[in-house]
Amino acid sequence: MTKMLRGLSRESGLSETAVEITSMNKWYGDFHALRDIDLTVRRGERIVICGPSGSGKSTMIRCINRLEEHQSGKIFVDGIELTSDLKNIEQVRREVGMVFQHFNLFPHLTILENCILAPIWVRKVPERQAREIAMHFLEKVRIPDQAHKYPGQLSGGQQQRVAIARSLCMKPRIMLFDEPTSALDPEMIKEVLDTMITLAEEGMTMLCVTHEMGFAQAVADRVIFMDQGQIVEQNEPKAFFRAPQSERTRTFLGQILGH
Amino acid sequence: MAMKSEASREPFHLSMLFNDSRYRGRTIQVIAFILLILTAAWLVDNTVRNLAALGKNFSFGFLWSTAGYDISPHAIAYSSTSTHARAAMVGLLNTLIVAAMACVTATVLGVLAGVLRLSNNWIVARLMTVYVESFRNVPALLWIIVVAAIMSEAMPTPSAFRGENPTASMVLWGSVAVTNRGIYLPVPDFSRSLGAFGELDLNYTAILGTLALSLLAHRCLVRRAQRVQGVSGQRPATWWKSSCIFAVPVIALLYALGFHLEYPALKGLNFAGGLLLRNSFIALWIGLSVYSGAFIAENVRSGILAISRGQTEAAHALGLSPRRTMRLVILPQALRIIVPPLISQFLDITKNTSLGLAVGYMDLRSTLGGITINQTGRELEAMLLMMLIYVSISLIISGVMNVYNSRVRLQER
Amino acid sequence: MNLRSVSWVRQEMVLPSARPTGQNGPLEWIRKNLFDGWLSTLLTVASMTALGWLAMAVAPWLGNSIWKANSLTECRQLLNGAPGACWGVIRDRWPQLLFGFYPAQLYWRPVLAFALLFAALAPVLFRLLPSRALWFSAAYPGIACWLIWGGSPWFQIVVSLGFAVAAGLFASTARINRGLGVSIASLGAALWWLYAAQPFSSGANSVFPIALEAVPSREIGGFLLSIIIGVTGIAMSLPLGILLALGRRSSLPLIQMLSVVFIEFIRGVPLITLLFTASLLLNYFLPPGTNFDLVLRVVIMVTLFASAYMAEVIRGGLAGLPRGQYEAAEALGLDYWKAQRLIILPQALKISIPGIVNTFIGLFKDTTLVMFIGLLDPIALAAAIRANTEWQGIYWELFIFIAAVFFIFCFGMSRYSMHLERRLKTDHR
Repeated sequence: MTKMLRGLSRESGLSETAVEITSMNKWYGDFHALRDIDLTVRRGERIVICGPSGSGKSTMIRCINRLEEHQSGKIFVDGIELTSDLKNIEQVRREVGMVFQHFNLFPHLTILENCILAPIWVRKVPERQAREIAMHFLEKVRIPDQAHKYPGQLSGGQQQRVAIARSLCMKPRIMLFDEPTSALDPEMIKEVLDTMITLAEEGMTMLCVTHEMGFAQAVADRVIFMDQGQIVEQNEPKAFFRAPQSERTRTFLGQILGH
Repeated sequence: MAMKSEASREPFHLSMLFNDSRYRGRTIQVIAFILLILTAAWLVDNTVRNLAALGKNFSFGFLWSTAGYDISPHAIAYSSTSTHARAAMVGLLNTLIVAAMACVTATVLGVLAGVLRLSNNWIVARLMTVYVESFRNVPALLWIIVVAAIMSEAMPTPSAFRGENPTASMVLWGSVAVTNRGIYLPVPDFSRSLGAFGELDLNYTAILGTLALSLLAHRCLVRRAQRVQGVSGQRPATWWKSSCIFAVPVIALLYALGFHLEYPALKGLNFAGGLLLRNSFIALWIGLSVYSGAFIAENVRSGILAISRGQTEAAHALGLSPRRTMRLVILPQALRIIVPPLISQFLDITKNTSLGLAVGYMDLRSTLGGITINQTGRELEAMLLMMLIYVSISLIISGVMNVYNSRVRLQER
Repeated sequence: MNLRSVSWVRQEMVLPSARPTGQNGPLEWIRKNLFDGWLSTLLTVASMTALGWLAMAVAPWLGNSIWKANSLTECRQLLNGAPGACWGVIRDRWPQLLFGFYPAQLYWRPVLAFALLFAALAPVLFRLLPSRALWFSAAYPGIACWLIWGGSPWFQIVVSLGFAVAAGLFASTARINRGLGVSIASLGAALWWLYAAQPFSSGANSVFPIALEAVPSREIGGFLLSIIIGVTGIAMSLPLGILLALGRRSSLPLIQMLSVVFIEFIRGVPLITLLFTASLLLNYFLPPGTNFDLVLRVVIMVTLFASAYMAEVIRGGLAGLPRGQYEAAEALGLDYWKAQRLIILPQALKISIPGIVNTFIGLFKDTTLVMFIGLLDPIALAAAIRANTEWQGIYWELFIFIAAVFFIFCFGMSRYSMHLERRLKTDHR
């Protein structure tokens, strides 16, 4: 019954929950990397995840498009359960876009080719149409004039904006950001954050690992704090920053906001 | 919520063999395994039928029959009445001897050329570049044949040493004769020989034993020096002590054994006495050495260049002398880079000794993989055995390399 | 200037002046580069002496070069006892060293094939030309084969059609399942080659009998043979090497083990033993009665040999790619083979080009080993010429010629690969 509903709602695009994680655990060898994660993300919700390094933030969002495999618990993305079924994984990855810390643009392809590659080969969009889509999103991230350059010729901020456009070209319903600004020079952070804010304002479901607390305050619906592989605290940004509940959160916020 | 757990307990479908990441790997491996078995079965079946058609069987018994051919040089006792296994053993030893010698000379040549190529001296650096480029861009086989041709065509015949006015004379104070049949060297001999125990020559065993003991003593000395340095900060001079430790016992032993050199001398039409290095050996040895030396030179050069200037500058800034900088900072790092390709050069040299065929050197390939095959018609068995031996040699060499690599690997996060 | 005061302003700018004499110029250069310290001086003197001695020995020999002689005795008569090079042997025999016993009136065919090789390589190397040029590259092996061996072109055409059969079968079945498509396509191609190729080509030949004069393999020799073996070996080993490299990095233990065993075995034995396997043992492993051209057998073994080395080179290229590339491809939803084909291999192969060229240089030099199984490579031909009564006793001239040709090829290619390496370093961030 639930399954049927889910199927129905997926087709009509009405599903309320975009991501649902229940009691998920992950180990690297013997190391318990993610412990008992429970998280439900509503459609259109913008979530910022923060926490000290090694706390499992990246691992958690990488589990959502199965770049990492979880060992127990369940993950539903857009109503599809992530199992070892390759068809499901492929379907989920089609719906979930990801932006990496180090951009991971394909250096042997031009910007435009980077953007049309996946639509053509995964979504089977005709090339003309793929180009149109790509140019549309490149305009949106404000670098249409660089379309025929190679990634190596662009600045870090531009590369990251291209990476966002590349993900958007797949028309994803959910976007994952894995520390998108931490490899950037300070003066380039703003241009990337602006792009992300525009995206957020359009109602994209976003999960964003970042330490940009200004960004969290401006757009997030919810801030999640993780430590030692578990979710320690989550709250609306205002309450989260004004009155953190847990001692760990207070220490962490003190360290990153303290200077 | 109940439905969720159902989803993962989905009953097994055949399509999951390909679409489920848990089974897909196994499916592919099973298919690969079946294909492998089928191919192997096909090959074995063909071989069996071909052997049957030729009226042959598959057996290594031929190894224990009489070889009936001569091999020279032979490092262990061998005559034409020995077995094919013994012949293969002699061939293997010849392969290893020439490989080891070529490795040593190629390393010396390569290190020299590589270092000199980086020298500030313009003309020497250019000469070494010419050496490296010309030798590594021409096939090794050609170099071996060139050396063989020079030896056999341009060197004097033994008869040229004869008579009142010989056209050729021995070099190095009359001890070495270079002829078109090979080079005659003086050979060490012992007048109070200890004899032999089985196949073991006791004289050399004694010398090696003494050297090993000296080495042990030397290590004790160095360790003591290090301890003194650790305690007092002053390092006692060790060089003259360790030279004594090495030199005195060996010289004493040699004297006791009555060590002397037996010189080659003209007897009739040819030289007798001494040690004859045949043309085939010289051609293979020199040819491989100069060829591989060029490659080693490149490895050495790039190894030294790979150590950043910053390392030298940091060491100088700390006040280390250039010699100490080299020994304590540059060399340990450069060796890490140089040694692995050096060892794979050794591997190449060992495999390239099989080129001795072109000049008639009796190595493993010429004995087991050559004359033995011609005499017994056991090409399948002999070739397999020979390949196995070569593979084992190279596995041993790359094993050594792996041990080295794992010992010197930098500790990194 | 007041010593106590810290404040100071320059009134006049200092103009650049010439360096004191004796600190630059040729003399200073010589002092710095040739006589800088006793060791350097010693080295300079030693190398000058060696060079001088070499020049003294070689100059008269080269100076008295004799080009117009038809035998060594004639040459020696002309020299009249003086040292001198008898290049007559090269003038007399160079076609043989280049082509072996290939019929002289047909030399244009291998030359044309060689020239077309560059046309076929161009789109692969430069990627500037339209991708339509790749069709010519794909057709080149058949064309070259036909030009060199002659005979009827139908056989080559029918063999190439096998690939078309495979492609057609794959296109029509892959929609159902890719693995199924690959197996059906390869099965179809195999069936085509085994059963349809022969009747088709003979049929076509009887309808349109166009043919070049056939040249048997035993007449092909010299550098032509070296190039044939080297180029085919490297071209065919590339796909095999890619598969082996992917296999060695595979997460499937059996596949990985098979690749490692194959690679280490091939790299552990000398090429000679593989060549002897081609000439002595291959008949044991194939169905009774199979017998095919020795050159083809050698090419197969050389391909296997080169593919192991190629696999190691490509593995290095694959290892050089950052993990992020794999992850980004995966995150975009590309499956393993698509990710390899579109993202990973184009980059890994580009990084590996210098290594591939070096492998080719090594293989090209190693083609000389085919002399041991009775093929006529340049060195074997040199030996044959030296055994000839006319030129018995000559060696320097022949070896210098062969070495020079090898040097030109190998040195040129190694410079090219170094140039590529430098270019990669600058434009590949």
